[in-house]
Amino acid sequence: MNAIRIDIENVTVAYHGKVALHSASLQLQAGTICGLVGMNGAGKSTLFKAIMGFVQPAGGRILINGLPIRRVQKSSLVAYVPQSEEVDWNFPVSVHDVVMMGRYGYMNLLRIPRLSDQRAVREALERVEMWQMRDRQIGELSGGQKKRTFFARALAQQGKVLLLDEPFAGVDIKTEKMMIHLLMELRQTGHTILISTHDLASITTFCDQVVLINRTILAYGNTSEVFTAENLSRTFGGSVGDFSLATSQLAPGNQEEQEWT
Amino acid sequence: MDLVQWFAAPLQYEFMVKAILVSALVGLVCSALSCYMTLKGWALMGDAVSHAVLPGVVIAYVLNIPLAIGAFVFGVGSVLAIGFIKAKTRVKEDAVIGLVFTGFFALGIVLISKVKSTVDLGHILFGNVLGISDSDITQTVIISIITLVTLAILRKDLILFCFDSTHARSIGMNITFLYYVLLSLLSLTAVAGLQTVGIILVVAMLVTPGATAYLLSDRFDQMMLIAIASGVFSSVMGTYISYHIDGSTGGCIVVLQTLLFVIAMIFAPKHGLLVQPKAAESP
Ligand SMILES: Nc1ncnc2c1ncn2[C@@H]1O[C@H](COP(=O)(O)OP(=O)(O)OP(=O)(O)O)[C@@H](O)[C@H]1O
Ligand SMILES: [Mg+2]
Repeated sequence: MNAIRIDIENVTVAYHGKVALHSASLQLQAGTICGLVGMNGAGKSTLFKAIMGFVQPAGGRILINGLPIRRVQKSSLVAYVPQSEEVDWNFPVSVHDVVMMGRYGYMNLLRIPRLSDQRAVREALERVEMWQMRDRQIGELSGGQKKRTFFARALAQQGKVLLLDEPFAGVDIKTEKMMIHLLMELRQTGHTILISTHDLASITTFCDQVVLINRTILAYGNTSEVFTAENLSRTFGGSVGDFSLATSQLAPGNQEEQEWT
Repeated sequence: MDLVQWFAAPLQYEFMVKAILVSALVGLVCSALSCYMTLKGWALMGDAVSHAVLPGVVIAYVLNIPLAIGAFVFGVGSVLAIGFIKAKTRVKEDAVIGLVFTGFFALGIVLISKVKSTVDLGHILFGNVLGISDSDITQTVIISIITLVTLAILRKDLILFCFDSTHARSIGMNITFLYYVLLSLLSLTAVAGLQTVGIILVVAMLVTPGATAYLLSDRFDQMMLIAIASGVFSSVMGTYISYHIDGSTGGCIVVLQTLLFVIAMIFAPKHGLLVQPKAAESP
């Protein structure tokens, strides 16, 4: 697998003239997981949308292995799981159909799945433990199962880059651990992963790098150096309260999750 | 009169045979498209476009070019106008849609009133499938083929576009293209539907079968089959009934479609009114 590198250079994004993200610069490297942390409205989702090319930056540029996103999208290189799926949950598609949509980029005009597509879908569904529910209509799933389905679609897409916007929101601790485990496996096979989360406790367990963001990038670098109490308090405007880094080992007592989701 | 007679008698007239076949074809094509319209939430858009094609149809009549071309230009034009006004003003979308399509429709009525000699307003507004001309049949067949072939080829892409256009974009699909494909098909089928039920009721052909099927199925392919079955059934039976009661064909077709919807609404095995209490009880 060839390594994918994403360069975000001085990106500024504004909605109707209001700046949501100011002059953000960072590099994402292959074989690393980068955590994106910031409070509500800090611009995390905006950064994802900018990388995907869904919002046009007012300044700066984003390059994927030196190319703009439009040039690489067709190759299914970048799998993106938005924060909340803006879909009609009554839509007549099954879990299996949804995950198969991750494979469309590999199929011909008529989108007829080949054996490799079937296999990728099955594998993805098994990895998130949703294979048993493959024939369910998607509206018949719980919130966490929905999240897993769309996560499975990203896995089935087999992109070398994964952009995950709050994949843990509303999923139970067991599923979160499973997802983290999968992400760590993907890291080993050289994937480039950017993930936003409000679960500060788990960050140190799997993120190599952390980006702290509040309308601009406050700090960015290796987790051990950047993920400090001082930086976090800057990120959250001093409202991290009694959150202690000592407990951040994804221990059973992970009660903060509720608060942040 | 026995049942066989009831079905056989009208068939001795060539115009009835033609009317039944054309209605069935139009029912088929509109129903197929109606699945995408209901799933995309484009019912109002369908209403708008089907009305907005009127001036295009009249102009095409006068210029003696295929109606579909005129309809296409004004159908797409109305949507561009809606998009433009929405982007440039603070008026809400439903108001913009309402004012644009009534504006286009009114323009069409003015045009018809000025060229009365060649165009029969009644036929356009209410359909005239019993008196359909051979050239109109040819046009309907061509529109049907274009629509069905397009839907067959782009089936999965359009499903994804309706379901999750964000994902469609993220894997590099051209959603602007798909948007205009769906819009173009809408304009074209509006012309086909115009022949049978008329411009006022055509939106029913483009929405009701899909909505009925949506209540009856959780699988897209199944939904498509049910929509087509209900659409073709209503079209054929509606044409028969209109013959026997000597009433409006378009009216009969749409009333039947609506009845089927009501039946589905009440009796649908999973989403019907009758099952909802049970669903609430179960854990
Ligand atoms: N489509 C939009 N139009 C206008 N403003 C927007 C839009 N999307 C986001 N914003 C604004 O941009 C800012 C950043 O939003 P963004 O969604 O990126 O935050 P976030 O970090 O993802 O927050 P959260 O943790 O709540 O998901 C917010 O102030 C928000 O109000
Ligand atoms: Mg967000």
